Amino acid sequence: MAEFIKFDRITKFYGPLCVVENLDLSIAKGEFVSLLGPSGSGKTTLLMMLAGFEQATSGKILLDGAAINDVPTHKRDMGVVFQSYALFPHMTVGENIAFPLQMRGIDKAETAARVKQALDMVQLSTLADRRPSQLSGGQQQRVALARALVFEPRVVLMDEPLGALDKQLREQMQLDIRELHRRLGLTIVFVTHDQSEALTMSDRVAVFNKGKIEQIGTPRQVYDEPATRFVAEFIGETNLVEGVVEAIEGREATVRLPNGAQIVSAVSDGVAAGQGVYLSIRPERIDLAEARGAARNVLETEVTDSVYQGDHLRVQLQNEAYPLIAKLGRRSREFAPGTKVFAAFSAGDCRVIAP
Amino acid sequence: MPMKIAKLTFALLTILFLVAPLIAILPLAFTSSVILTYPIPSWSLRWFEELFFADAWRRAIINSLIIGTGTTLLATVLGTAASLGLRNRLFFFRGSMRTLFLLPMVVPAVVLGVGMQVLLARFGLINSYAGVIIAHTVVAIPFVVVSVTGALAGIDERVELAAQSLGAAPVTVFRRVTLPLAMPGVLSGAVLAFATSLDEVVLTLFVAGPNQRTLARQMFSSIRENISPAIAAAAFLFIAATILIGLVVVLSRSMLERRTRPAAS
Ligand SMILES: Nc1ncnc2c1ncn2[C@@H]1O[C@H](COP(=O)(O)OP(=O)(O)OP(=O)(O)O)[C@@H](O)[C@H]1O
Ligand SMILES: [Mg+2]
Repeated sequence: MAEFIKFDRITKFYGPLCVVENLDLSIAKGEFVSLLGPSGSGKTTLLMMLAGFEQATSGKILLDGAAINDVPTHKRDMGVVFQSYALFPHMTVGENIAFPLQMRGIDKAETAARVKQALDMVQLSTLADRRPSQLSGGQQQRVALARALVFEPRVVLMDEPLGALDKQLREQMQLDIRELHRRLGLTIVFVTHDQSEALTMSDRVAVFNKGKIEQIGTPRQVYDEPATRFVAEFIGETNLVEGVVEAIEGREATVRLPNGAQIVSAVSDGVAAGQGVYLSIRPERIDLAEARGAARNVLETEVTDSVYQGDHLRVQLQNEAYPLIAKLGRRSREFAPGTKVFAAFSAGDCRVIAP
Repeated sequence: MPMKIAKLTFALLTILFLVAPLIAILPLAFTSSVILTYPIPSWSLRWFEELFFADAWRRAIINSLIIGTGTTLLATVLGTAASLGLRNRLFFFRGSMRTLFLLPMVVPAVVLGVGMQVLLARFGLINSYAGVIIAHTVVAIPFVVVSVTGALAGIDERVELAAQSLGAAPVTVFRRVTLPLAMPGVLSGAVLAFATSLDEVVLTLFVAGPNQRTLARQMFSSIRENISPAIAAAAFLFIAATILIGLVVVLSRSMLERRTRPAAS
């Protein structure tokens, strides 16, 4: 993979507080990478260093092979979209979008043409003469997007740009941005703490925790093959059960649970037989039946509660050693509390995680 | 409801308290008598004539305009620059520096006046327009600083960061973003500076020569010499000018603010 942006052992201190720690991250040209993590994990800080608003305490940031640590922001040629949009309140929508073009000395005629094109792109052609204060949140967001894209920057940085929008508009904008990314071949670094947003939009997701990247991979990888307990719990919902590895054969491990049950589970490198581990089982991968079926892994449990949630049925289970949650498709039958059931799942639907 | 009436009454009483001295003096501007007392024998504009045609008064008005304009320009530029400096995050003693800038507001004018006289004499600026303008600027700057600092505080820093990321060098960011957004504050600061200069007597007594007599200073001395109703006419002029400037500012401010209102998000 060609490295277009590269963070090389980046560390950032605010006073005594280490906010980003020895971080490596490479991003390819045309890639859409999300930085996902809880509040305070250093996502914004990393983005601000890339934009040049903050200086790294140590380490190098490379753009297209050249170190940019000492390049001032206005020469970095990166379009930034802030959560608060940060539109110029004293300029009209058209003037806002023309601003980066004026900064580049582009002549009036071409500026006008490109502003128009950018406005068309975000479907705001009729609002060119309004001021930001006369726009709705979603419209402002589109203006910010148009302004960050109109000068064809080398990289587009977005810091939770959709955070202030309601759910419906947010989902629409997610698709719009993704579509723009595909159409224009943009390189986008996108900060969010909304995991479904990250999974929907990105080519790759970098999961942040306390200033470090816990895992980076495609949405499928971080969801299906979480590398750490933190990733498993942060992305989606999961059942975590403690156990001990009894044997490893290729990509599969046999794990003994506290109540003696044996589970065969997918495993990645770095886990050895005899080790205490967590087993992560996604609730939607669990099937419930009253008879023991032919599945590879079957756990005997009892239903303690079941809640209808519209698109799925959420069933809480308990046996002598651990609770489990199962999410069943809406066509599933109801399970009354107290029913004894078998929870079944395949080896590929659960994952061994080193503690 | 009774609460509302009580509030309204109090507001009206306070206003009355504030304008009572004006109500007392203003009618005397139109008296035909030669002394500044009631009752008014008959109405006349003779004191306005005196104001515009008597040499001392006319010079005083012109001096006030010259010194007021100079002070406004100097104080606005310096005060705005200071406010911008105070905004810098890296600036260590920001809090105490800000207090220092406001010092001339609380230090007794007499103290400032003596200091100013000694200092200006040393630089040969005593009894000169430049000297008076400098003295007035010292007391006018705090008003500019307060007003501009307030306006700057209202600017979302990310708007300036955005401008940088879009390719604007720091100077351009200032010219195209920061200054236009702070303009309402700069404008009020300028008006306050002008008003301060117009009104200033004590410092003027210390540093101005006979050629720099301002309107306020002229009123002050004519009170001691002869209590002529020209003072009332001058006061009338003052108030009319103040109201006019105030109106212009309120109008242009609200226009600017409508233009620079931050977008709700
Ligand atoms: N200018 C600053 N001075 C001191 N500490 C700061 C500064 N900016 C951020 N921090 C601290 O750095 C840590 C990381 O902040 P950052 O803004 O990068 O988090 P984030 O991952 O973007 O979180 P969120 O999802 O809440 O936006 C936080 O603990 C924050 O308090
Ligand atoms: Mg953040």
